[in-house]
Amino acid sequence: MTDLSHLRSDFPILQREINGYPLTYLDSAATTQKPEQVIEAIDTYYRMYNANVHRGAYTIATEATDAYEAARAKVADFIGARTEELVFTRGTTSALNFIAYGWGLDNLHEGDKVVLTMMEHHSNIVPWQIISRHTGCELVYLPIDEGFEVDLTDLESVIDDRVKVITVSAMSNVTGALGPVAALVEAGRAVGAIIVLDGAQFVPHMPTDVTELGADFLAFSAHKMLGPTGIGALWGRPELLEAMEPTEGGGEMISDVQLYDSRWAPVPHKFEAGTPPIAQAIGFGTAVDYLSKIGMTDVRDHEKAITAYALERLAAVPDLEVFGPRDVERRGGAVSFQLGDIHAHDIATIVDQYGVAVRAGHHCAKPLMRHLAVPATARASFYVYNTNEDVDRLVAALEQARDVFGLT
Amino acid sequence: MTSLDELYREVILDHYRNPRHRGSLSGPHIHAEGQNPSCGDEFFLDLIIEDGIVKDVAINGQGCSISQASGSMMADKIVGMSVEDVRDVAHKFKTMMTIEEGENPVDPDRPGSVLGDLEALQGVRKFPVRIKCADLAWTTLQDALAQSD
Repeated sequence: MTDLSHLRSDFPILQREINGYPLTYLDSAATTQKPEQVIEAIDTYYRMYNANVHRGAYTIATEATDAYEAARAKVADFIGARTEELVFTRGTTSALNFIAYGWGLDNLHEGDKVVLTMMEHHSNIVPWQIISRHTGCELVYLPIDEGFEVDLTDLESVIDDRVKVITVSAMSNVTGALGPVAALVEAGRAVGAIIVLDGAQFVPHMPTDVTELGADFLAFSAHKMLGPTGIGALWGRPELLEAMEPTEGGGEMISDVQLYDSRWAPVPHKFEAGTPPIAQAIGFGTAVDYLSKIGMTDVRDHEKAITAYALERLAAVPDLEVFGPRDVERRGGAVSFQLGDIHAHDIATIVDQYGVAVRAGHHCAKPLMRHLAVPATARASFYVYNTNEDVDRLVAALEQARDVFGLT
Repeated sequence: MTSLDELYREVILDHYRNPRHRGSLSGPHIHAEGQNPSCGDEFFLDLIIEDGIVKDVAINGQGCSISQASGSMMADKIVGMSVEDVRDVAHKFKTMMTIEEGENPVDPDRPGSVLGDLEALQGVRKFPVRIKCADLAWTTLQDALAQSD
């Protein structure tokens, strides 16, 4: 097993005690904790060179601009992309909205199909529903099979030349299942559809190379990969970004403004209207530096090992059912489960008394929850700073939950 | 007693596992629905009110033990009561949970004397994020009563 336990001291929050127990943070699929390096980079910006980016002629404005653009280069490099293909957004949700509005409104028409999967997060469903109302395009969902993976059995009957977009989560935030990216890229290419990847759960945990993935768009968030909230990224093929309309207009995104018309700034700036989240971008850049220093192969290996350990320990808890693939090669580190007749919120409250932070609810994936026929699940999710001891603490706390509810 | 034992009193787990008046009513009745969108809890309430008296009640929905037990205990409590008394109980309950203004009506020296089993839900107050769970059924009830006006 790749031992990353030395990293824990980089994360100040892990020193905290909750209800007299050490914080056992198992909610990284929702947001990750931040290392000292990221906190310090943001702090230094505000203390030393806080200024608005672009156009500033003075020293600290230049420093801020350089740092902001350097962060773009780092994030682009992290996913094997060129700097000018990387748009900073508010996060995955806003990146997916930019695609749905910016590409969808112009290119989708009545009779066209957008193919999604039943394991999508609301952020990759609702924007397409809105675009469907505007354009009359049809949404078609690929089902989930008994192994909690996207069911491709009927793919051939779904994919035809009416399909203009295939949009899929590269890794489910509920089941941890990897999305069938390669198969959908191939299917999409055959009919000329664009492929959109929701990478919110994938990019933080897997070595990512946009060329290898072969998709047209990739969306992800900084705060799920050790960076701050309020920033994420949209990567797109340059020719698509060139042709795509900006969703937001304003300052920073223009090259010229007349009374009745304007011309846009070059990509990526035409998608970054208004003052961007500068400190957040700098923090994002530092976060990918941190991850690159560990090495994403080691990050993935560590998570496979801890997920395997968690699945093994959880399988031994009586009355516990895991909703997700068993094979760690086919999944990430978000583990959803149900424990007897104890509602997920009750589980979360009880384990919190032992310092264990897990998420409970529908995880912004209500269609998937309905498909699994559960109103809510509890979810433990892992990242670089988690250890097998964290899993042991979770399992011990779950035993307490069984005890409170009188399960024997 | 630990906070957890206070939260998950036996009577609460009993109502969670064996909810009273669960189902729906046929014939003319008042129907109200409550939801906590952040956690997905749902509560459905059917009421028959005749001559100012709650003649029958049925509850349905899904959610955590607190939300469902609170609804079951509420249904048990209000059957046969006058609408006026039901409003009073709802207010007392919400005051006990510090959701509505007022002094806690519960008498610590005589547990159960004011709100009966419902007083077992007081343990929820130590878990502020869960108060909305206990509250769901009662807000739905208040909606239903508003319909009857």
